[in-house]
Amino acid sequence: MQKKTASVIKAALLSAFCLTPLAAQAAEEVNVYSYRQEFLIQPLLDTFTNQTNIKVNVVFAKEGVAERLKREGANSPADLVLSTDIGQLQELTDAKVLQPVKSDVLNANIPEQYQAVDDTWFGLTARARVIYASKERTDLKSISYEDLAKPEWKGRICTRSGKHPYNIGLIASMIAHHGEAKTEEWLRSVKENLARKPQGNDRAQVKAIKDGICDVSLGNSYYYGLMLTDENQIEWARAVNLIFPNQENRGSHVNISGVGLTKSSPNKANAIKLMEFLTEKLAQKMYSEQNYEYPVKPGVEPSGLVLSWGEFKRDELPLYKVGELREKAVKMVDRVDFDG
Amino acid sequence: MEAVSAPVIRELSNHATTGSPDARRWRYFSAIVALIAVIPLLAVIYVAFFPTENIWPHLWSTVLPRYLEATFFLMLGVGLLATFFGVTSAWLVAFYRFPGRKLFSWALLLPFAVPAYVIAYVYTDLLEYSGPVQALLREWFGWRTPRDYWFPQIRSLGGAIIMFSLVLYPYVYLTCRAALMEQSDSLLMASRSLGAGALRTFYRIVLPIIRPALAVGLALVLMETLNDFGTVSFFAVQTLTAGLYDTWLNLGNVGGAAQIAALMVGIALALLYLERASRHKSKSYQSGGRTRPLTPTQLTGKSAYIASAFCFLLVFFGFLVPASVLGYYSIEYFDVTWNSEFFRLAMNSLQLATIAAALLVVVGALLAYSQRIAPSALNKSMARLASVGYAMPGAVLAIGVIVPLGALDNGIDGVARDYFNTSTGLIFSGTIAAIIYAYSARFLAISLGSAESGLGRITPSMDQAARTLGHSSLSILTKVHLPLLSRSMLTAAIIVFVDVLKELPATLILRPFNFETLATYLYQYASDELLEHSALAAMFIVATGIIPVILLNRASTAKQY
Repeated sequence: MQKKTASVIKAALLSAFCLTPLAAQAAEEVNVYSYRQEFLIQPLLDTFTNQTNIKVNVVFAKEGVAERLKREGANSPADLVLSTDIGQLQELTDAKVLQPVKSDVLNANIPEQYQAVDDTWFGLTARARVIYASKERTDLKSISYEDLAKPEWKGRICTRSGKHPYNIGLIASMIAHHGEAKTEEWLRSVKENLARKPQGNDRAQVKAIKDGICDVSLGNSYYYGLMLTDENQIEWARAVNLIFPNQENRGSHVNISGVGLTKSSPNKANAIKLMEFLTEKLAQKMYSEQNYEYPVKPGVEPSGLVLSWGEFKRDELPLYKVGELREKAVKMVDRVDFDG
Repeated sequence: MEAVSAPVIRELSNHATTGSPDARRWRYFSAIVALIAVIPLLAVIYVAFFPTENIWPHLWSTVLPRYLEATFFLMLGVGLLATFFGVTSAWLVAFYRFPGRKLFSWALLLPFAVPAYVIAYVYTDLLEYSGPVQALLREWFGWRTPRDYWFPQIRSLGGAIIMFSLVLYPYVYLTCRAALMEQSDSLLMASRSLGAGALRTFYRIVLPIIRPALAVGLALVLMETLNDFGTVSFFAVQTLTAGLYDTWLNLGNVGGAAQIAALMVGIALALLYLERASRHKSKSYQSGGRTRPLTPTQLTGKSAYIASAFCFLLVFFGFLVPASVLGYYSIEYFDVTWNSEFFRLAMNSLQLATIAAALLVVVGALLAYSQRIAPSALNKSMARLASVGYAMPGAVLAIGVIVPLGALDNGIDGVARDYFNTSTGLIFSGTIAAIIYAYSARFLAISLGSAESGLGRITPSMDQAARTLGHSSLSILTKVHLPLLSRSMLTAAIIVFVDVLKELPATLILRPFNFETLATYLYQYASDELLEHSALAAMFIVATGIIPVILLNRASTAKQY
């Protein structure tokens, strides 16, 4: 009984500590809400702290950051949000929880294509939505997203849920290029061609190709690097070729991870410092080495492994357009019942 | 809000003039608890009716019919299969003797300890294309590719129905077994002496007897099915719960999510009604004086084996297989997973479970006690209102908690800014307080029910004796009742504790950033097909879940022998 009382008191104290979120107004600090994973972000932030003596507090989240910032309103302790795709950035913009940042450094480091029109968010890394094709059962050298709707792929395609941000981004870019009606037709045909109901994540699709369940899958480019460097998954990666789609025409669809400054930011100056740091050469290089992504800052080389996949042509469509069409894409996936 | 509370307050003041001040205080307490417990529900309904943007037309014309259809067929399938499993096993154990009956009578409850999402991960791991079962088949028959043979898809509606039924049938088994055990021998004797065979006896005698108990068990099964998020999201079955998540976190639309939640509330209330009405009925069904307890019939030959095999298979697939797989992975990956991270998760889970259990035991006991000290129709309905939460799916409660807490925080902060020129910041939102609130709303019924049944066994003459000795109601509670209640309250605490450990949907949405529990960690790793890395967490949840199973079994058999 005594033990129990003690633990209850302890818990009460603990929760009392939880109730003072990250002493927001402290001196040299930045508070970050991150959709990006710890293994990727922590080394970057540690480097920043070493250089500037500014302490970075991070909380990692899988979902619901925009929802949370809305609820926290003017009291939010957060300064920055780190996102894993354009859809999340758009969601934050739609929720009106970000403020514009005017910075020459950011503008110099980040191409127009990867910035919000109103300067509320900035891309930090780029990744292509590629097609993984079975080495055994296909001899593909090139393919386009449009080809996935052709009857020859019937029962041979795997993908994760159509509602996942990475697929929503791709569908939104298709809407931008082809209009809603044609894209919906395409999406219906791709659904017809699926080998199984959308399930699992991007890597699980590559595993399915290895298992012989399907012959091609959609996935982000960096997963190839992550699988090749993971002893449990290297076999999956070895079963496929990475193909950059649409090299004959507009180029492959590219999505970004990015950063935005919150409206309520209590440590604005330091937060902008961190934003700028993340777009400089060192951080850009680290991103690519850690997660096999493409730097957005012109002139920074990606990691050796990424380089070995070859040069590719990128779709020039500005990312804010992809963001704007996000909701249309989500509703289209619902209409088509892509996941059903 | 005003409209709801006005008659209640009026009624309270009426009581106030009639009851003693002591009784009045107890009634106020009940009313406040009921109000706090029911706020999430009201909040969901409010947001559903006044959304910021109207997504209803889109939902209705596209996904909602699908969500409803999947939910309907899932519930229908689970209802039928869990009834078949539960009623058959209860009937066998109650009426017959066969090899292993004594063992099975409690072992049949073991699948209770396995959360549905855990069993789903395990069977997916075993039965998917690259899993051991299909690999073995391929080896035997020389198949090379998936096109060479047909194998059922575990990740499907049918798969989900089987998963839920395997771990939820114990609800039906437990309620039906209790109902059957209470019957006297004469009924069966009569039936047999009139020459009715076993099956005919089952249809003509057994089924009518257990119908109310079955309805109670079934309502609980269906509530759990409606509540689940882990399994359906993993199997890509688009139920209302999955849709609610999607609308909220993918579309960022709280209004639409609340509208889906309001639909779910409707279903939950219907289930609650079914359960309440049946509980009521089952009381009137029980034969008054028991003439002779049941003497089970000895089964021989083939039928004895069939009975044993049936019970064994349920325990085997519902508990032994998942426990072995998890056990194997836990040992195999022990060095990788037994680390500081695991301790942190376990501490987080234990912390939440301990706070919730302690809080609910106290509140449940006080609420039940209030019924005893100040009995009145209104007070009774307050207690009923307070326990409505256990029918509410966790995802629904999450919305119902987030919305009012956010408003409260910003309200307090506004007042502080206006009057004291300081900011209080966010007091509740995004802290464990929010999670504890959701758990409390959902599990209060458990501790309240335990306390009520415990108090019911204490004779009022004790209270009177204590009164004559000059004790106040509170001191009677602490000096007389609590010592007598401690056992049933401990049971309640353990059940709440384990339910919190297992809880996934509300925890996923409400947990503070950077705060993982065993359940959320397991969900994330297993959805990324890394079951082996989270098996230890799953094992921990299952092992803890066995404790209340033993207690439940004791409680339900204690009356009989």
